[in-house]
Amino acid sequence: MAAQLVVLLPLVGAILAGLFGRAIGARAAQLVTSILLTASAVLSVYLFWTVGLGDAPFTAPLFTWVESGGFLAEWSLRIDQLTVVMLVVVTGVSSLVHWYSIGYMHGDPGIPRFFAYLSLFTFAMLMLVTADNFLQMFFGWEGVGLCSYLLIGFWYDRPSANAAAIKAFVVNRVGDFGFALGIVGIFFVFGSIDFDTVFAATPGMVGTSIEFLGGRFDTLTVLTVLLFIGAMGKSAQLGLHTWLPDAMEGPTPVSALIHAATMVTAGVFMVARLSPIFEYADFTLALITVVGAVTAIVAASIGLVQNDIKRVIAYSTCSQLGYMFFAIGVSAYPVAIFHLFTHAFFKALLFLGAGSVIHAMSNEQDMRKMGGLWRKIPLTYALMWIGSLALAGAPLFAGYYSKDAILEVAWGANSGVGDLAFLLGILAAAFTAFYSWRLMFMTFHGTSRAPAEVQAHVHESPPIMTVPLIILALGAVFAGMLTAGLFFGEDTHFWGESLLVLEHHQAIEAAHHAPFWVKASPTAVGLVGVLIAWWMYIRRPAAPARLAAGNGPLYRLLLNKWYFDEIYDAVFVRPAQRLGTLFWLGGDGRIIDGYGPNGVAALVVDLARRATQLQTGYVYHYAFAMLIGLVAVVSWVLLWAGG
Amino acid sequence: MVDWPILSVLIFLPAVGAAFILVIRGEAAVVAQNARSVALWTSLITFGLSLLLWTGFDTTTAAFQFEERTPWIADGIDYHLGVDGISMLFILLTSLLTPICVLASWQSVQSRVREYMIAFLIMETMMIGVFAALDLVLFYLFFEGGLIPMFLIIGIWGADNRVYATFKFFLYTLAGSVLFLLAILWLFFQYGTTDIPALMGIGIDPWWQNLLWLAMFAAFAVKIPMWPVHTWLPDAHVEAPTAGSVILAAVLLKIGGYGFLRLSIPILPDASVYFTPLVFALSVVAIVYTSLVALMQEDMKKLIAYSSIAHMGFVTIGVFTFTQTGVEGGIMVMLSHGLVSAALFLCVGVVYDRIHTRRIDRYGGLVHRMPVYAAVLMVFTLANVGLPGTSGFVGEFLVLAGVFQVNTWVAFFAATGVILSACYALWLYRRVIFEALTKADLKSILDLNRREVAIFAPLVALVLLFGVWPMPLLDVFHASVENLLAQHQLATGTAPFGETLFAGN
Repeated sequence: MAAQLVVLLPLVGAILAGLFGRAIGARAAQLVTSILLTASAVLSVYLFWTVGLGDAPFTAPLFTWVESGGFLAEWSLRIDQLTVVMLVVVTGVSSLVHWYSIGYMHGDPGIPRFFAYLSLFTFAMLMLVTADNFLQMFFGWEGVGLCSYLLIGFWYDRPSANAAAIKAFVVNRVGDFGFALGIVGIFFVFGSIDFDTVFAATPGMVGTSIEFLGGRFDTLTVLTVLLFIGAMGKSAQLGLHTWLPDAMEGPTPVSALIHAATMVTAGVFMVARLSPIFEYADFTLALITVVGAVTAIVAASIGLVQNDIKRVIAYSTCSQLGYMFFAIGVSAYPVAIFHLFTHAFFKALLFLGAGSVIHAMSNEQDMRKMGGLWRKIPLTYALMWIGSLALAGAPLFAGYYSKDAILEVAWGANSGVGDLAFLLGILAAAFTAFYSWRLMFMTFHGTSRAPAEVQAHVHESPPIMTVPLIILALGAVFAGMLTAGLFFGEDTHFWGESLLVLEHHQAIEAAHHAPFWVKASPTAVGLVGVLIAWWMYIRRPAAPARLAAGNGPLYRLLLNKWYFDEIYDAVFVRPAQRLGTLFWLGGDGRIIDGYGPNGVAALVVDLARRATQLQTGYVYHYAFAMLIGLVAVVSWVLLWAGG
Repeated sequence: MVDWPILSVLIFLPAVGAAFILVIRGEAAVVAQNARSVALWTSLITFGLSLLLWTGFDTTTAAFQFEERTPWIADGIDYHLGVDGISMLFILLTSLLTPICVLASWQSVQSRVREYMIAFLIMETMMIGVFAALDLVLFYLFFEGGLIPMFLIIGIWGADNRVYATFKFFLYTLAGSVLFLLAILWLFFQYGTTDIPALMGIGIDPWWQNLLWLAMFAAFAVKIPMWPVHTWLPDAHVEAPTAGSVILAAVLLKIGGYGFLRLSIPILPDASVYFTPLVFALSVVAIVYTSLVALMQEDMKKLIAYSSIAHMGFVTIGVFTFTQTGVEGGIMVMLSHGLVSAALFLCVGVVYDRIHTRRIDRYGGLVHRMPVYAAVLMVFTLANVGLPGTSGFVGEFLVLAGVFQVNTWVAFFAATGVILSACYALWLYRRVIFEALTKADLKSILDLNRREVAIFAPLVALVLLFGVWPMPLLDVFHASVENLLAQHQLATGTAPFGETLFAGN
């Protein structure tokens, strides 16, 4: 029963706030959704306690969704070790974000709608993580995409918010295109889309090949690459990452919940959930490692020069997701999920902290117009430090355990792609430390660069916003040290059968015996990044501008985000529009209509004009004449034939 | 089961209602009001009776049910009615949408109300007749007969360019139906019967099958419509009054897909297999081509019309996979599209009634004045995009699952529809609903009234219900589709597709 309640309570909240929001009022809508989500979070902890620490995993079936010619999908809730970790992350962060939003959204006219969307999102995310088959996972997958679209475009008067919302949905759909093909491919190969059935049959498919788009490829490679394309879209991996920074158009609590802690990690979760398939696809795993590593470094490099406080954090999220993926690529699923878990705390903290800054700054997001804020909002300042320290992987903070573990497993994989990931990951760690400190320095230190009237309004946020921040900060400090042993200690059995790591994938085992220099290097390069940031933004504040001017092309490349948007616009968007116009006016208009009906119609109209002179001119007279004529002809022919 | 001729009653009850309207006399306003009432009540009663069809339907058998047979024109040409799982739900779709059409026209049609209502009731008679007919001549009469009220609805109550649209519609359908008629005549002369069940799997010479198949294809491809004989549809939709578009998109187009399932495949099994590559090619082109065209439209109705053509591409792909999932997916797409496209055209009608334009750039920011409308339109936009949880998803996904087993290229291109549909649908929604409301004439626009809510509520409910629980629909046609495919395999000697196809080597 607890499982059903965990999933359905947020849906109930969404329906109440969404359909009856205007009737019950903003206050009631906020409270009912927040309370129901908190209840859901408490039950999630209970499930974590029972299933995570002892009891057997179980699946609660609900009812049949689709059944057609062997294609069978049930609505059901699969509660195993992997699920309960996700349940705690999703409902925990979501309930905190709900409470925080009561303060943050104060005075907004769309409050019931906002809370309905938040709760609906949570429901969809829970359906995703409790899925027992591919189709329900896809339902949750698309559901979170929809809610992301609705929430990014929440302030629908802004053209930029609408554009970002559509972009997020469409780019995600590019990923879904791969995911959907992957699912129907799974059905074709295995005759089932049920996880357990497919997992059980996977070893038997090793070495088989499949016809796909004219070629013959290894079956499992084709399927896993298609599925991974889906994961790339949702988790904003390089190539399909362009929507995530734009998604910052949404209210900040949304960024914390959806674009940091939960939805964007769905891709990581998906591959981990499907580890019993991905484990047998070495090529795909190598591909994932490379994509993850390159994303980690490219996104971090863009984060170095961004000036919008939320965009820095967004690129940081993108980069951290890259870390999770290359951990998955070397078969270290527990480590990836561990990082997902700790990242949820400190990244939500950073986003909500940034929201608190933005709130204090009268909705200013440009760090060039901030500075010197630490005296005025000391609590937010302290909390942001905790988040940044955790993100940069300072010893004893949550990120220290999980990020270092990821770098260690990359080293431990002892493969070419693993080494590449290790090197790029180390470099990205330096970048991470640099942009985190840059963010802190630009926002809180130095002299204030804000206009006087904004400065006068700067104020600390109310407790309804800071209390959730404090809870997240506790997680950002302690989540790593408390759970590291549980999630990937040397002889942990926490994951049971929910994650599969094949015998010969030794990355985790090797990581436990990594030499000192491997363990120490992330911290060392982090210190270097911190020092450079300190030198550039505290010691020599003129240095950044000089550096930018001296390295024009490189600076512009980073500032313009490697020109991904411009390239996509030129390669996909504009050609699609040109083709659309060509097909419409040229294909339909000139060719099909020109040679078809219009040519004939011109003739008919001409004849008809002459005929109308003789006749009454009412269209329906013609029509009845036609009917009678038709019936007469048919009857005559048939009677003649029959007789 | 019911022991009275329910199908005949369903077919002719609307015609009786139409006859009643014909004899109404009195002042113009009174006549109009009475005509509306009679049409509404007739169609509601018809809908109520059609529910008996569903409750009395035996889902375990593929045999035709509620059969009626009376000697008619000649030996071998009987008045033969009956439904199976494939046809039954289309009758329900028709009877559900007719009262909605009548309600939707309650205020927007003010001229010649009596004739308008008669046209809709006759249309209902013809459509139910098509889906219930088990004799080719009867089928053909209803098939062609349905066009006449449609011509009238567009030609009389249509927009400015209605005559052009009517002629175009007429020319296309005429070309198709002449060939279809020839095919029927040939079958009759050859086999001495036009009884559809009797002709199924009768073993026609393959060369003749190909000719006959092409003749029928001409009729059905125009109707559904397939690329490149689709250009009549956008014009017809743009010019038709709202309710005309609804029936056109929701029911009339489905006759094409139904024709493939009821006639082409069972009667001409070898030719159906032979021409499958052609169907796939045209369908794939349709999905990509019309989706791109939809992206560039400036007229709301045209955009939805092009999106309909893309969706019908899924139907033809699904039907010609000859797999259980594919065919059932195709039927599901048709049923879902029947609800969703109807609702989308009704949504356009709502704002057209208020502002009298369909140009997208004349709108913007409607959410500020019409939040309920915005929510309703969002549901149908998402269903059109095929989001899981709406009825639009189930069918499209089953089609993909079916066609992947047969041809991965087709699956690949069909799946691009997933991306493109999101582009044009959300782009439309944004331009109409979101952003600041600046245009002067929109500042006093009113949200949905009670009549309009009554129209949309059942459609929203059904789209969401069948999104999460489509089994009541799928269960109806499982047995019939299974039988269709079993007979098809028997006739063509092909191996059944499905799980067994993947040998893995």
